Formats: sequence, structure tokens, C-alpha cells
Amino acid sequence: MADTTQTAGHGPGSGSHSGGDPSRRDFIYLAAAATGVVGAAVTVWPFIDSLNPAADTLALASTDVDLAPVQVGQSITVTWRGKPVFIRHRTPEEIKSATDVNVSELRDPQKDADRAKKPEWLVVVGICTHLGCIPLGQKNSDPRGEYGGWFCPCHGSVYDTSGRIRKGPAPRNLEVPGYAFKTDTSIRIG
Amino acid sequence: MAHGPATSSFKNPVVNWLDQRLPIFTMIQKEYGVFPTPRNFNYFWNFGAIAMIMLVTMIVSGIVLAMHYTPNTNLAFNSVERIMRDVNFGWLIRYIHMNGASFFFIAVYIHIFRGLYYGSYKKPRELLWMVGVVIFLLMMATAFMGYVLPWGQMSFWGATVITNLFSALPLVGQDIVTLLWGGFSVDNPTLNRFFALHYLLPFVIAAVVFLHVAALHVTGSNNPLGVEPKGPQDTLPFHPYYTVKDSFGTVVYLAIFAAFVFYAPNFFGEPDNYIQANPMVTPPHIVPEWYFLPYYAILRSITFDISIPFTGLKLIEAKLGGVIAMFGSIAILFILPWLDTSPVRSARFRPIFKKGILAFLVAFFLLMYVGAQTADAAWHLGGLEIPLVYVGQLATLVYFGFFLSLPFVGLIEKPLPLPASIAKPVLGGGASAAGATAKPMEKA
Repeated sequence: MADTTQTAGHGPGSGSHSGGDPSRRDFIYLAAAATGVVGAAVTVWPFIDSLNPAADTLALASTDVDLAPVQVGQSITVTWRGKPVFIRHRTPEEIKSATDVNVSELRDPQKDADRAKKPEWLVVVGICTHLGCIPLGQKNSDPRGEYGGWFCPCHGSVYDTSGRIRKGPAPRNLEVPGYAFKTDTSIRIG
Repeated sequence: MAHGPATSSFKNPVVNWLDQRLPIFTMIQKEYGVFPTPRNFNYFWNFGAIAMIMLVTMIVSGIVLAMHYTPNTNLAFNSVERIMRDVNFGWLIRYIHMNGASFFFIAVYIHIFRGLYYGSYKKPRELLWMVGVVIFLLMMATAFMGYVLPWGQMSFWGATVITNLFSALPLVGQDIVTLLWGGFSVDNPTLNRFFALHYLLPFVIAAVVFLHVAALHVTGSNNPLGVEPKGPQDTLPFHPYYTVKDSFGTVVYLAIFAAFVFYAPNFFGEPDNYIQANPMVTPPHIVPEWYFLPYYAILRSITFDISIPFTGLKLIEAKLGGVIAMFGSIAILFILPWLDTSPVRSARFRPIFKKGILAFLVAFFLLMYVGAQTADAAWHLGGLEIPLVYVGQLATLVYFGFFLSLPFVGLIEKPLPLPASIAKPVLGGGASAAGATAKPMEKA
């Protein structure tokens, strides 16, 4: 700051002010400008933050699901935060094909054990990580792609039985939401 | 500023009294009465005025629609159907607004192409051009948000796909998307803010249009020859010559517009948007409105990650690459005045540029076609299968190639000889008839 005050001191008119010392004037300019910037930011922030999710939106942030009626091989879709969550009761073959993958070959490398808390239950957010479409594959009659998981009809992304991206434009695996087993057959998502 | 009343000399005393205190009549006389305008405009020069009329049409019909519309996810779809069935002339006003968006974009696309073809973006009109690009961007934002309001399936899923584009940004992407949504998916808060902004932005557009026209009246209009007027023999007063020509063109354009409103009101629409939005079901084929298709095709053309060769280091993921290419396809228009190094404006005198811009036009329509097809569509020529994604990639290459080659085209191209003035080719050798006050013109 001392450098700028030296140069500023040579500017026209700066020497004629009473009090003489130009560094004090520069300090006042900078302090006023800095205070103004902080003040503007503090004023603008409430308006921007008002666009973020409101308290009632956040309050709907967890969902309880009873898994007891879901048979092996069946899938259900539940709503969590306005988004579909896929819960699949995986068959032993599906678990095997999910664990038998060389993880280093994947686009978004992740072990199946890191994605499913209990191997027979896979819980993922049913939103394609490309541009937000809902992949097909919840019904046995749906196209599931060549890895037996899900297939996104919008831009052709293919997910495996662990919800990992295997083919197509999506960059990441289907998101695993935070969830916990309350009992052996019920979970709380969020 | 001069002090005291201006010296106005209008016959009507009321007009005179007003004008002395606020010289709007003097201004109108200067800018739209006697305003010197090149004498050689063709019908491409109608489209600025036509776009202005469409903007007014959209604002007027939109305000009336807003009086009947309810921006709530539970009520929006039904309130639009109520406008269609129960509100007096609601069907007409909504069809005007729906098709008006398409006809606004048609007019603006022709207007932009006119500017490209005749080099209207060149010195001294660079800022005029850039302000125009800002208007175009604002129009796209407004149209996108307006399409969400009826809360049909395409509204919802179009909004989902487009807002998700921002999630491609590194680090802050997902937070920005949440901020845009006001939640964890496109939902009621999203609909509410889109309605507020859809109401606001047209007035911002009107303000920027004012700047666009103000800048135009500083430099004056370009013309099909791209040669600046050299004196009064090259110009005509705006009124009555171009007020009449613009009115005629506008009436023809509005007649075509009316034909669509009354006889094919859903021609530009998607049937899926008459199904209420369902966040749990994605339609099998999401397409944006036709005027966004070329950019959507560019977005989908980037199917590959961009890496540093031989290291396997990923610089830009395919998703981010697509987003960058899509926004870049508009952003490149901002620097166009400096990309084009040729001093000659009109494509009439630029043989290479003329071929380039026609290739660009073909690529633009090809992208529009590809954008409307499914991601895995293909052309079948005999036994040969050509995936459309390759066609889109080729057209994307031509799109950007046109702009990026301009600096070199300006260097190697040999332009045809320019006419000495606008009046010269019109009136032939003896141009003295061009008016008693005309400056003597140089011989070519």
C-alpha cells in the first residue's frame, strides 16, 4: 500500500490539500471502498440465498421405506426430495455380476461394497448423471442395457447392477443417497 | 444542455408547446422522419422492424395471459387449459403467444443472417452488433423460461436437462443447480422464479433494443453493397420510403403468422407438452423448441472427453465439453467483428466468404435437423449406416470452422471491385440526376 501512496502523492492537486500527508487520504479512499464492497456483498447475499432451498423444502429431506414387501428381483421407486430413488432387491446373479468387475476399468471406479450397505439391497438416486433424465430398468420388461442395470433413453447411458456408469455420455455413477437401515427390512433415506 | 425552451416550429400549437419543453417531436422527426437511410435496401432490411413488432406482440399477449395464469405446480397446467377452454378468446391469445415466440425467432434469425451476409458487424458497427447478440441471449433465456410455464412434460424435462447443464461446471456446478432450482429438483420454487423472470426479461429486452436502435442511429444502417453513403444522392429520408417498405413487409409477415395461429397453431409445438409434468417419468424423446435445436445438437456432438495426449489426463469431460461448445457457439458472435479481417463488408464482393457463409447456413439447418432426432438415430444409405451424431459433429465443425477461418479468409481472398458509391450502380454513369444538392461523385 505504501507504494501506491508514493505515486499518488505526485498526482496533480494532491499536494495542495491541508494536512499534506497523501497516505492518509488514500487510506480513507481504500477503507471507504472496502467498506462499500463488504456492505454491498452483505446486502446482496440475502437476495441470492433466498433462492436456495427454503426451510420447508429442507424439512422434507428424509423418507422412510419399508422393504419387507419387496421380493428378490423386484425393484421399487420411492420419492425423496422430489427425486426418484431406485431400490432393487438384487438376485445373487446380479450381486455377482456387480462384484465381479475389475474396478480400475470403470469410468467412475467404485467397488460394489462401497455402494451397497447390504449386498442384496441397492439404493440409488434414479437420475442419470448426464442431464437428469430418469433411466429405464425398474420394471423387468424395461430395457436395462447390456449390463443388466438401467438404461437412460435420453442420451443412451448404460448403468450396471450396481448403478455404475458403463457406457454412454454420463460422467458418474448413479448417486447413492445417504441412508441407514433402521431394522433389517426398513431404511431411512436422507 | 442548452438552456431555455427549444426553438420548435410545428404548426400545431399544442405540439409546439410540448416540443419546446420536451423535444420528442423534434427527435421523432430527426430519427424517423428525415433520417437519411441508404437508398438500396432489399427486403432483408425489413426484419429489424418485424422483430420489433413481434416483441410488442409478445409483451401485449403475455401480459394478458399472465392475468389468467397461475404459477403453481398443482395449478399451472390446468390454468393454461382454462385459458384455452374458458377464458374469452384465451385460445387466440395463447396461440398468438406460442406461435409469436417462433415468429420472433424466425425474424431474428433472418435479421442476424442479414447482418452476417452483408457484414453489418464490421467497423463502425461492432458495438451495435454486440448489443444485438445480448438481445439474442436475453431472448433465448426468456423463451426457455416461458416454455416451462405450462408445466407439461416437455416443460418439466426441458427445464431439467437445461438447468442440469450447469452441473457440468467443476466444483460449484451442483450448488449452482440447487440455487437455480430452489430445491433438489425442478419444482414449485423453480416454476415461481421462472414466471417472475419470464415477466421481467421482455422489458429488459425492450431496454436493450432501445440501445440497439440508438447505436444504429449513430452509425446509420449498412446496406446490401456494404459501401457507406457518400452524400445525399445515396440516401432517402426514412419517411415515407422505409416506413412504407417496412409496413408492407410487416403485413406480409403477419399474414403468414396469422395463418399459423389460425390454421396450424400446434405446428411448432410438441404433443408431449399437453401431458401434465410428471417428475417420475421421462418422455422417451426430449426435444427443445425448434429455435434451440442447432445448439442442442452442438451440445450432443461432444461425445468425447478432451485429454492431454499420451498422458491419459482428462482435461474436460464430454459433458462439460458439450456445454462449453454450446455456449461458445453464441459467444463466438461477440468476437466476430475482430475475427473477420476483410475490409469489404458485403458477401456480394467476397467470393470465398460467400461460399463459407452458405456452408455455414447449410450446417445450421443440418444441426437443427440432427437436434430434433434421437441420440442414437442414423441415416441408412443403401447398406451403409451413418449415425447422426457424426453428421452433427461434422456440422459443428463447419459451424465453428466458418468463424475461425475468417481471419485467414480475409488475408487470402481477392474481393471483387467495389462500386464507387451506392448511387453509381443504380443510376449508371451519369449520376448527376441524383439531386441538385448532391456532391459531385468521383469517377470509378
